[in-house]
Amino acid sequence: MKNDNLIQYIFSIADNALILGQRLSELCGHGPSLETDIAMTNMALDLLGQTRSYFQYAAKLTGEDKTEDDLAYLRTERQYRNVLLVEQPNVHFGYIITRQFLFDAFHLLLLQKLQNSTDETLSAIAKKSIKEVSYHFRFSSDWMKRLGDGTEESHAKVQEAVNNLWTYTDELFHNLDSDNEIITQGVGVDLSELKDSYYEKVKEVLTDATLVIPETKYFQKGGKKGIHTEHMGYLLADLQYMQRTYPNMKW
Amino acid sequence: MTIKLKQHIDPSLTPVLEEVYDPEIPVLSLMDMGVVRYAQIIGDKVHIKITPTYSGCPAMDVMAEDIVKAFAEKNMDAEVELVLSPAWTTDWITERGKKALEKYGIAAPLEEKLDKAALLGNEKIVRCTHCGSTNTKMISQFGSTACKALFQCDDCQEPFDYFKCLK
Repeated sequence: MKNDNLIQYIFSIADNALILGQRLSELCGHGPSLETDIAMTNMALDLLGQTRSYFQYAAKLTGEDKTEDDLAYLRTERQYRNVLLVEQPNVHFGYIITRQFLFDAFHLLLLQKLQNSTDETLSAIAKKSIKEVSYHFRFSSDWMKRLGDGTEESHAKVQEAVNNLWTYTDELFHNLDSDNEIITQGVGVDLSELKDSYYEKVKEVLTDATLVIPETKYFQKGGKKGIHTEHMGYLLADLQYMQRTYPNMKW
Repeated sequence: MTIKLKQHIDPSLTPVLEEVYDPEIPVLSLMDMGVVRYAQIIGDKVHIKITPTYSGCPAMDVMAEDIVKAFAEKNMDAEVELVLSPAWTTDWITERGKKALEKYGIAAPLEEKLDKAALLGNEKIVRCTHCGSTNTKMISQFGSTACKALFQCDDCQEPFDYFKCLK
C-alpha cells in the first residue's frame, strides 16, 4: 500500500474515535436517563463523524479503490490500532463516564497538537473536532465530579472504575516505531509529550471529585499493535455484521 | 470571516440557496446558517462547497441532496463538495438566521464567554423562547441534536433548546 505509514498513523487516531463511538452508540435507548442517553449518543455521533473524515482521507491515500466503509468494517481485529481503553465494555454508568473522561482528557490534548500538523487535512479535521471534544470533556468532567462527590454508592462505583481503567491510561502515550517518521515530519504528534499535562489535568478533576488517584505502576498495553482485549471481538462482530453478511451493501 | 466567505458566492446563485433549508431546523436557510462557503458557475455546472456544523451531523448529506435538487428545478446541474476548513462557527449564523431560530423556539447562541457562563450554570442569561424570562437553567449540555443544549424555564416551566456557541 502507498503511504502506508501515514495510513497506519491515521488508523491510530481514527480507530479510537470509531471504537469509542461504537461503544457509546450501544447506549442508544439504554442510557440511565433521557438526557444522558441523548448526550452519549450525541458524542457517539461526533466521534463517528470525525472517524468518517479520517477514513475518507485514508481511503484516498491508499490509491486503491477503497472507501471509508472498507476501512471501518472490513479489517480484521489485529488491524485495528485503537487503545485498549476505548474498547472496554459498558459495565455501568460510572464506568462509562470514567472511560469517557480518561479518553476525553487525552483526546483534547492530542487534537490541540494535531491542529498544527503540517498535513492540511489532518489539521483541518483536528480544528473541527476540538470544538466538539471540548464539549465531551466538559460533560465527562462534570459527571466525574457529580458521581465522585455524590452518594456513597456512586462514589464507590466510580472509584472502582477509576482503579480498573487507570491501568489502560499509559498506553495512550506510546508512540509506535512506524510513527516515528510521521512525527519527525511534523505530520503526527509525539504522544509522550502529552503525558505530563494529561495526568496533571486528570488528577485535578479526580481530586475535585473527592476520588483517590491510583498508585499502580502496572499498565496494560497492546491495542495499538493490534493485540486487543477479549471484548474487542464481540464489539467487531456487532460493528461488522452487516458488511460481512451483505458484502458491499450501501445504505 | 463572513465577508471573505461572501466573496466566493456568486450573487446570482444566492436566491436558490436561500430556498434550501436545514432539514432539522426548517426555518433556517443554508445561507443564513453560514454553511455555504463557495458557490460559482464553472462551465455549465454549479459548484457548491458546504462545511458541516458538527462532524457527524446527519443533516449534511440531506443538505447536499437538497441543493442539487433545488438547482435541478432551475434546470441547472450542481455538484456539492464538503469542506472542513476553516471550521464552521456559530458566528456565521446571520442576524436574520438568529431571529428565525428564536421565532422557531430555539434560543440563539450567545457569545463565547456568556455561553460558557450559561452552560456552567454561573449566570442566568439564556432567554426562554416561550415567555422571555431569563430565569432558566440548563438540563443537559446535549439536546435533541449535537448543536443544541436543553434548557428549562423556571418561570413558565417549559423546556426549550439553546443553540450552543461553537467557536
